[in-house]
Amino acid sequence: MATVEVTFTPLPAHVRTARLVATAVARRSGVDEALLDEVRLAVGEACSRAVEAHQRHCPAEPVRIEMTDQDERFVVTVSDHAPTAPARPSASGPAAPAAASDSAGHDSAGHDSAGQDGAGYEGAGYDGGSAIPAGFGLAVISGLADDVRVLSTSSGVSVRMSWPSTAATS
Amino acid sequence: MDLKLGHYNKDGIEVVDVEGEIDVYTAPRLRELLIDLVNKNNYQLVVNMEKVEFLDSTGLGVLVGGLKRVRAHDGSLDLVCTQERILKIFRITGLTKVFGIHDTVDQAIAAKKSEK
Repeated sequence: MATVEVTFTPLPAHVRTARLVATAVARRSGVDEALLDEVRLAVGEACSRAVEAHQRHCPAEPVRIEMTDQDERFVVTVSDHAPTAPARPSASGPAAPAAASDSAGHDSAGHDSAGQDGAGYEGAGYDGGSAIPAGFGLAVISGLADDVRVLSTSSGVSVRMSWPSTAATS
Repeated sequence: MDLKLGHYNKDGIEVVDVEGEIDVYTAPRLRELLIDLVNKNNYQLVVNMEKVEFLDSTGLGVLVGGLKRVRAHDGSLDLVCTQERILKIFRITGLTKVFGIHDTVDQAIAAKKSEK
């Protein structure tokens, strides 16, 4: 099946669209119905993470999602362009490393800080005061997809997740 | 679907009905409601999630934040949820050990009363 790419302005309002598209493409790729909820949740988490990072570092840059079939697996990669170094000093909360499996060079420094007081996260739904530790979204993704890879570079982070799919008939 | 919120008092406990999807976009509204209820001295809360169709870590953060707020006043925040798709994220994150989760609002209220 051909790769499907989606880019969207890093706004929380668009995360739902992204996960709906990913779910539809996953279904078409032959991912088992029982796994579609996991796809939806994991892609939503990855997109929410990317939106938060872009809002902090590069709000004019779109978030990108690529979906493809590869070796009988449905693969989703959510990429952001936010540098891994924090844009401003963290106000509070430890930058706990994510529990992502197969992570390659994941750098959690200043990333996904989910509890910065008054750092504009009110609109993103985070509770000012570290209700949920940093990296929690990636930890959730790790529990939903058996193959998760986080690639962190100086120009951004890519979260690659995959689920088994049947061979698609085109 | 957008998020629909409602609340009512039953036997001295404030029940919050949530319907729809709780995600990074809609979670702030739930957060504001919980804050508002606590500010109005409602410290015994039950959040009914039976009509929630989607919940992510942002939503979990809002619920945890609400729990922290009520506990600061020796209160409690319990959940009503029987949907496996929603319970799954609580299990993955270990939050089933943090929240009291009940099958019905009446059971949640009864459990709170028996704690007193």
